[in-house]
Amino acid sequence: MREASMKLALAAALLIAGGTSALAASSEADFKAAYAAAEAANKEAGALRNQWTTTAQVLADAKKAADKGDFDQAVAQSKEAEALAKASIYQAESEKEAWKALEIH
Amino acid sequence: MASTIRVRAISSGETTEVQALIQHPMDSGFVKDASGALIPPHFIRELTFEYDGKAVFVADWGPAVSKDPYVKFSFKGGKKGDDLKISWVDNKGESDTTTAKIQ
Amino acid sequence: MNVRTAIHFASAAFALAALALGATATAADTIDPVADAKAFQRFFTQKFPKLKPEDFVNGPYSLNEDMHKQWEEKEQFPPYEFALDLGKELFSKPFKNGKSFADCFPNGGIGIRQNYPYFDEKEGKVVTLELALNRCREANGEAPLSYVKDDMAALTAYMAFTSRGKPFDIKIPNDPRALEAYENGKRNFYTRRGQLNFSCASCHVQNPGERIRAEILAPALGILNAMPIYRSEWSGMGTISRRFTTCNSQIRGVPLEPQADEYRDLEYYLSYVSNGLPISGPGARP
Repeated sequence: MREASMKLALAAALLIAGGTSALAASSEADFKAAYAAAEAANKEAGALRNQWTTTAQVLADAKKAADKGDFDQAVAQSKEAEALAKASIYQAESEKEAWKALEIH
Repeated sequence: MASTIRVRAISSGETTEVQALIQHPMDSGFVKDASGALIPPHFIRELTFEYDGKAVFVADWGPAVSKDPYVKFSFKGGKKGDDLKISWVDNKGESDTTTAKIQ
Repeated sequence: MNVRTAIHFASAAFALAALALGATATAADTIDPVADAKAFQRFFTQKFPKLKPEDFVNGPYSLNEDMHKQWEEKEQFPPYEFALDLGKELFSKPFKNGKSFADCFPNGGIGIRQNYPYFDEKEGKVVTLELALNRCREANGEAPLSYVKDDMAALTAYMAFTSRGKPFDIKIPNDPRALEAYENGKRNFYTRRGQLNFSCASCHVQNPGERIRAEILAPALGILNAMPIYRSEWSGMGTISRRFTTCNSQIRGVPLEPQADEYRDLEYYLSYVSNGLPISGPGARP
């Protein structure tokens, strides 16, 4: 039950994040900025030793899209990767206390 | 080199129960290695158990059988102390054979 | 809604969900492994009243009748036999300098698996059996083995086999660093990771005996007693390191290095709370 509600919350957040649409076409500069932000967030998650495999996958997909010249897609995926990375940071931070709720007593 | 075939055959008067564990990669030919190249097929084609000169169990295998296959079966007859011969041959022409005493 | 707002929304949702988990227990100021182990064992023996404590070392095979029959058959001709033979061979083979593994371990390495992991007070860290084996190699001029591949699994399979039946006897010395390592291991056990947001406890405390896809989940009590295991899923043997790292990636968390401090401490905790249960390794699992 608890997993379900947490997963729902996360899924909802990701859906909303993914729904961000650029009103104007994205440029390579937009991509580079978005990608750098995502990478930085993922690096922070790495320092917390809590990166997600999906973050790395989406980052790779973003790069592939950029290589093909599809910067709209590349920016959207970079933002999704950033959201994933930030969620993993949030998970690491909140778990510092939240783990106790699962402990057998 | 040590035999690839482990076998235990136990006679209970009328029937003999045989268990065998065979060491073999049983590569199907559909799996890729770390570099992305297909691992070529390498699997046992035929497995034969012989008692008293006659085949009591013959298996025609292919790529669907998993690594280190395990076989268990029973056959009518077989006396304690008698020999049971097991042999296999694979798609590369490699083979192994061993003889075990029925317990 | 932009990304920042979305993250805040997620944060709020997480916080609400966390609150919904119920009041967290008051943080213990003292670390009490003895009480923890008692509570841990009581939790599982109460959850599965028909099982004897030693049954827990067979994991899912003790929780499901059909699987139990399969296990009995498998034990007659276990799939780990080849690894066991290889392990005995590797263990006895001398290093280039003439020494062998027996020189690194108490009692020549025979019948000692139940004492690992232990807390090394000189180093101030937990030492697992796998780590000790590689340190032995390096101390004698040999290259270390991969923690997740066959040779290491074969070695630990042999060592576990020589300890079969002996109860886990993990010691926590009265040293604050040892207690901290134990507590760290406990924390790691209950901490959620990966995008799927699972902790070890999610499956092995909250759902033993239940299914995850086609598999039946093992209880956390006694879960390391059968290691290393021949896993049908892997078509081969796997060490504790292999299991920890693959589990993390299965829940979409980037695995840490094999024998990372987190994993060593986790093994320390899990082994300690199963003290008294017999070593049953090497084992076989679906």
